[in-house]
Amino acid sequence: MSSHGICDRVAVIGMGCTPFAEHWDLGIDDLIIDAAHSAYCSAGIAQHDIDAFWFGTAQSAASGLGMAGPLKIQGKPVTRVENYCATGSEALRQACYAVASGAYDIAMALGAEKVKDGGYQGLNAFPIPTDGTQRTVGAAAMFSLMLPAYADRYGVDRDELRYAAARIASKNHHNGARNPLAQFRREVSAERICEMPAVAGQLSVFDCAGVADGAAAAIVCRASEAHRWCADPLYVKGLSVVTGTGAGSLDPDYDYTTMPECVLAAADAYAQAGVTDPRSQLALAEVHDCFTPTEMVLMEDLGFSERGTAWRDVLDGVFDLDGELPVNTDGGLKSFGHPVGASGLRMLYELWLQLRGEAPTERRIPDTGRTLGLTHNLGGYPGEIVSFVGVFGTELDAEQR
Amino acid sequence: MRGVISAAGYVPHHRLDRSEIAGFFGAGGGVGTRAVASYDEDTTTMGQAAADLALRSTDVEPAAVWFATSAPAYLEKTNAAAIHAALRLDPAVDALDLGGAIRSGIGALRTALAGCGTTLVVASDTRDGRPAGADEASAGDGAAAVLVGDDSDGPLLAEYLGGACRTVEITERRRIPGGTRSRSWEERFGAHVLGPAALEAWQASLADSGIGDADDVDRVVVTGLNTRAVAAAAKAIGAKPGGIVDPLVSTVGNTATAHPALLLCAALEQARPGETIALVALADGAETLILRASEAVSERRPVAPLEAQIAAGGALSYGRFLAWRMLDVEPPNRPTPDRPSSPAALRRLDWKYGFAGSRDRSSEMVHLPPARVSQKGGAADDMDAAPMAHTVGTVASYTVDRLAYSPSPPVVLAVVDFDRGGRMPLELTDVEADEVHVGMRVVPTFRRLYTSDEIHNYFWKARPVRPGDGGATQ
Repeated sequence: MSSHGICDRVAVIGMGCTPFAEHWDLGIDDLIIDAAHSAYCSAGIAQHDIDAFWFGTAQSAASGLGMAGPLKIQGKPVTRVENYCATGSEALRQACYAVASGAYDIAMALGAEKVKDGGYQGLNAFPIPTDGTQRTVGAAAMFSLMLPAYADRYGVDRDELRYAAARIASKNHHNGARNPLAQFRREVSAERICEMPAVAGQLSVFDCAGVADGAAAAIVCRASEAHRWCADPLYVKGLSVVTGTGAGSLDPDYDYTTMPECVLAAADAYAQAGVTDPRSQLALAEVHDCFTPTEMVLMEDLGFSERGTAWRDVLDGVFDLDGELPVNTDGGLKSFGHPVGASGLRMLYELWLQLRGEAPTERRIPDTGRTLGLTHNLGGYPGEIVSFVGVFGTELDAEQR
Repeated sequence: MRGVISAAGYVPHHRLDRSEIAGFFGAGGGVGTRAVASYDEDTTTMGQAAADLALRSTDVEPAAVWFATSAPAYLEKTNAAAIHAALRLDPAVDALDLGGAIRSGIGALRTALAGCGTTLVVASDTRDGRPAGADEASAGDGAAAVLVGDDSDGPLLAEYLGGACRTVEITERRRIPGGTRSRSWEERFGAHVLGPAALEAWQASLADSGIGDADDVDRVVVTGLNTRAVAAAAKAIGAKPGGIVDPLVSTVGNTATAHPALLLCAALEQARPGETIALVALADGAETLILRASEAVSERRPVAPLEAQIAAGGALSYGRFLAWRMLDVEPPNRPTPDRPSSPAALRRLDWKYGFAGSRDRSSEMVHLPPARVSQKGGAADDMDAAPMAHTVGTVASYTVDRLAYSPSPPVVLAVVDFDRGGRMPLELTDVEADEVHVGMRVVPTFRRLYTSDEIHNYFWKARPVRPGDGGATQ
């Protein structure tokens, strides 16, 4: 038994992404249509050229009908997938595997979420009947547990650590201010974030991802066929999902300073992609910054920083737009908000732009000659997580060419 | 021989300083404090807390649970069944509500003592009144549980000597169903009627008990909601000086349906072997009963002495009291939680009500909630029940959530690691957010999380272990 991956067997040949915003005037159907049509246009492909569709949405529709209907996809398989906040990445993973298996020539993954029709700030609850014994707190509170745990484990001053977390938000807002698709386009200083009132643990509202509607889509085909459609495709190097058992909420050995599911997913994806030193090999990473402590701990879980040092790397600017390894160059969930089904594909959209030199100059990463990028997308809470890691690159490995 | 096998009172953590009422309204209030049920407590959860304390100090198991309150969480549905489930009692144990009237508390106790079988009598009340009124200030919230049985069941703390009652149909204290506050007739009229009724019942109970003289009764509880009638009755029965049991008005307040049993608990905690204790409760006439403390009272170690519970109370502002009891305070902008599913709740009854997880036989790992497949080793269907309700835990980490829905924000969530294994992120209660710290010792407590679609969602939270309150005994 092993995870073999599909390195260099599938390529992304076109992508689309809507602006992420409070789309009071657009419904889920509009978002689906806008993202899909923009992806068709990007790939220079017609809808009928696509053989199969995967539709990622957590709460905005049920079944493939929610996508086939608005797009009028005739006589094709359309499958809805859901895997919490990693839903968009899961749709991509299914589409890639379907193509790699040889079952289909061309497939599309589309993620979309309409969050702002709920009438409340924040994401909606999953309406599954239960015995009423599940936790009553929100995601912000669960992720806020990581800051004091980290401070205690590594002997970091709590105020200094809190500042490092705020600096992550400040960095992502800096990047988002340079992205016309982002929901929030204003810069904010770490100092100002630290002064804001706490809403969960030490976290202020600015330590939390925004809430937005949006959609994004990717079209994939066999790598060997990619140049028929696209001069500079993005090759799938590794795709991994690791789903936890909820062990952290059961096992007193778990200490809230890491997300083991993310560590495992990264190791799997790196092995598939042949990545041995992500910090020096990756050109950029788009990670799931749902809350600032999440991004900080991810820098260690994904192997970018040694344990206990991510906060220092953050302060040193390692992950800044012009840093050693730029992270969330598009502004992240922080600037985009988090339409659950769309976020994973929105991350890939930034790789699509950056690695292929299409990102606007004001947020383009320095040219380091690196050709690989990473997306990381998670759902759940520390202790019970579903984690996705994907590695993508512009070059085929030597033996594949 | 029949009598009391075990007894325990429960006083909720929060105390309203009555002077705060005058500070707010410019009038009303008074001196001392009253006990206040937390926003997540009701008569059922307080009754469960008292019942649990009573059962923990004996090995005797009840054959029935009788629950009396004037403020039932449900009508038509039996509230005693929730208490039964939270105590993890056998389905063959009966559970009955004796509802509505304040007299039902003392009535249940006297009926159990005069009857047969092993019966856990639970009396519980939350009491409200209009702001700045006398009822609001003088009342208190609390519960008491008395396990009644024969000496063949187990050693008696106190032997039942006899009792009596006088019933009077009188429009005095009353409330229409659905009403939020009770009303009473002019107090002097009640005193005129109930005083003599109490005296008659008293004399009848002395005769029934074979006690010739009131002076032979060492401790007398006289209680009722009409303070003038209570004073008149105390005087009329001629209790010996110093024999009147402190009615706890200056600390707890009058817990109405629960109060006779609560004061009996207080009297038993102070009683010496051989002393006689009488209860005189005034409501729609009077009910009286007389007990004699046995040798067992001197060896008895209450799990949570009332005195300690009263001393451990924490201050509650009048603003918060009003927010909990009657004001419609702006909630966090989050949807109210969904109602719990009745089938899902029934399938996990021993978890939701009994707080029993499971312990894997091979790895010993405790699973909260109970699991069929082990987290360690993956063994399937090889677990034993792991009851956690009495297990102390330690706060491994915590956070304060000001965004989440709660009837009383903010939510304080703690990751609790239990002694002898098991972890569970649990909401904390009876605690101020700034009081919480890593390493804090906490114990599970049965609470009402919220109410949705007219379904009360009961489950367990954790509260700090406080000195002498029973949490730290195991």
